[in-house]
Amino acid sequence: MRADLEIINEWIKPNSRVLDLGCGQGELLQHLIDHKNVQGYGLEIDPENINTCIEKGIPVLDQDLDDGIDNFENASFDMVIMTHALQQFRRPDLLLNEMLRVGKECIITFPNFGHWRNRIHLGLKGRMPVSEFLPYNWYDTPNIHFCTFNDFEILCREHNINIVQSAAVDSKLRNHWWLNALPNLLSETAIFHVSR
Amino acid sequence: MPDVIPADSVGIVSPKIAQFDQALQLACGRTLAQYQLVYETYGTLNAEKSNAILICHALSGDHHAAGYHSMEDKKPGWWDSAIGPDKPIDTNHFFVVSLNNLGGCCGSTGPTSINPDTQQQWGADFPMVTVEDWVESQTRLADLLGIECFAAIVGGSLGGMQVQHWSITHPNRLKAAIVIASAPKISTQNIAFNEVARQSIRRDPHFYDGDYASQDTVPANGLGLARMLGHITYLSTDSLGKKFGRKMRHDHYQYNYDIEFEVESYLRYQGEAFTRRFDANTYMLMTKALDYFDPAAKTNGDLAKALAPATCEFLLVSFTTDWRFPPERSEEIVNALIKAGKHVSYAKIEASEGHDAFLFPLPRYMAALRGFLDRTKQRLNLLENTTAHLTSGEKHHAR
Repeated sequence: MRADLEIINEWIKPNSRVLDLGCGQGELLQHLIDHKNVQGYGLEIDPENINTCIEKGIPVLDQDLDDGIDNFENASFDMVIMTHALQQFRRPDLLLNEMLRVGKECIITFPNFGHWRNRIHLGLKGRMPVSEFLPYNWYDTPNIHFCTFNDFEILCREHNINIVQSAAVDSKLRNHWWLNALPNLLSETAIFHVSR
Repeated sequence: MPDVIPADSVGIVSPKIAQFDQALQLACGRTLAQYQLVYETYGTLNAEKSNAILICHALSGDHHAAGYHSMEDKKPGWWDSAIGPDKPIDTNHFFVVSLNNLGGCCGSTGPTSINPDTQQQWGADFPMVTVEDWVESQTRLADLLGIECFAAIVGGSLGGMQVQHWSITHPNRLKAAIVIASAPKISTQNIAFNEVARQSIRRDPHFYDGDYASQDTVPANGLGLARMLGHITYLSTDSLGKKFGRKMRHDHYQYNYDIEFEVESYLRYQGEAFTRRFDANTYMLMTKALDYFDPAAKTNGDLAKALAPATCEFLLVSFTTDWRFPPERSEEIVNALIKAGKHVSYAKIEASEGHDAFLFPLPRYMAALRGFLDRTKQRLNLLENTTAHLTSGEKHHAR
């Protein structure tokens, strides 16, 4: 399994109730159901991904996150997860608050825009970074709210969100000690475990 | 009429009759001392009797869900698009049971049957039947067929309500539930539509308070009107618009009440055709069954609590342009199932056909049914080729 999903897996307690926002083909949920005996649901809008989840027997709901998640009750999940999607929403701060309403805890992963390669791209070339990991141009990218590892920490502080733990992984989604020493500069993907 | 039976058809099928002599206590307080149910089966029941799927029909459906009764049939059964060898409800693996519900007019005991006490047609005196009564009668049919537990129970619209009720009241008798274009209870607007439909029947001078049979007539105008109204609500604004637009009969306006627009002709035809195949008393009963269904009424409106006993896995399906049973209504069920911690998946299918979409073989919809049932099959370890266990009558299904 990918290192980011591996880390998330370690952070989730057995037998918990998990909601995965933008679950794709259900890779993470499948792992959590098989190994942690979680009761999990995924939210997804891509029809093919939804059918793949149905075929695998992973509970999946056809729901557009842009319409919100107000159909879920307060603290109705032990963990709400969102991998690589927060930066695609119009108001990530509001969505984060919603996630923390529905979940007792949350795990969020996002591409770290503060990575040194991005800084060089923008600083020296004067162009918006395009990389293997972020292969979009500024005009067609779904990522409309880029932030850095540090930016997210500040957002949490300002919203009184408690950071339980965090981790950093590289473009191959591997986890090294040196990544966690200088996460804002070296990590390409940031992983945060937060609570109220 | 099929020149050749298609390879993915269940072929020529024959209805069977099941007679029940044990009285059935109905929700309305009355009892049916004896009754019969007409049903069809497709595919082969395995030795363990674990591969059965029950199909629950909607308002005007019947037992003839798939295949042809004869080579002269103009059309196959009402859900032939989904049931057959290699179709989503795959009769190579599953044994499909489809019945006509009590109160129906297609062979099961209903208003057009003879009341044994009077030796006359029941007519208006046939007791009101509900979703609860149907499910109870269906359990008895399952008993008769030796099916302890269905692999899946499937239904659209009013059929989806029966599936919900099964999951709540007989949780050990189904492994999977597919609820399509349905609702946990119908909306006020739907009750209102149903009332207009009933009033148009009741106000027909040929209705005679439901005893039109004794007068040797039928309230065809009223029933036709009811169907015209219903038909509009089963289609979407778009589908009706695309089909007819403002297409006219003549080049210019006639300024009279004859058919001016093609849609008028279409509706009149639909209404009239329906009166030739359907009974007015049955239509009224079916609309009342829709109105009464409300499983959360027993749990102070808490649907999650009502669904708490369910143990099966659920698939919910809705269609974007369905305004009679819109996606939000299916989502109420989904949200309640999540709250209750049930295994549920939900697909909202992009479709232009309105409520009727549930009868169309839309690729994404069919893939969802197939995926969910394949998964069910794996879960139950159903063998690829179920051991042959032919019962009499099955020979008709040979292709």
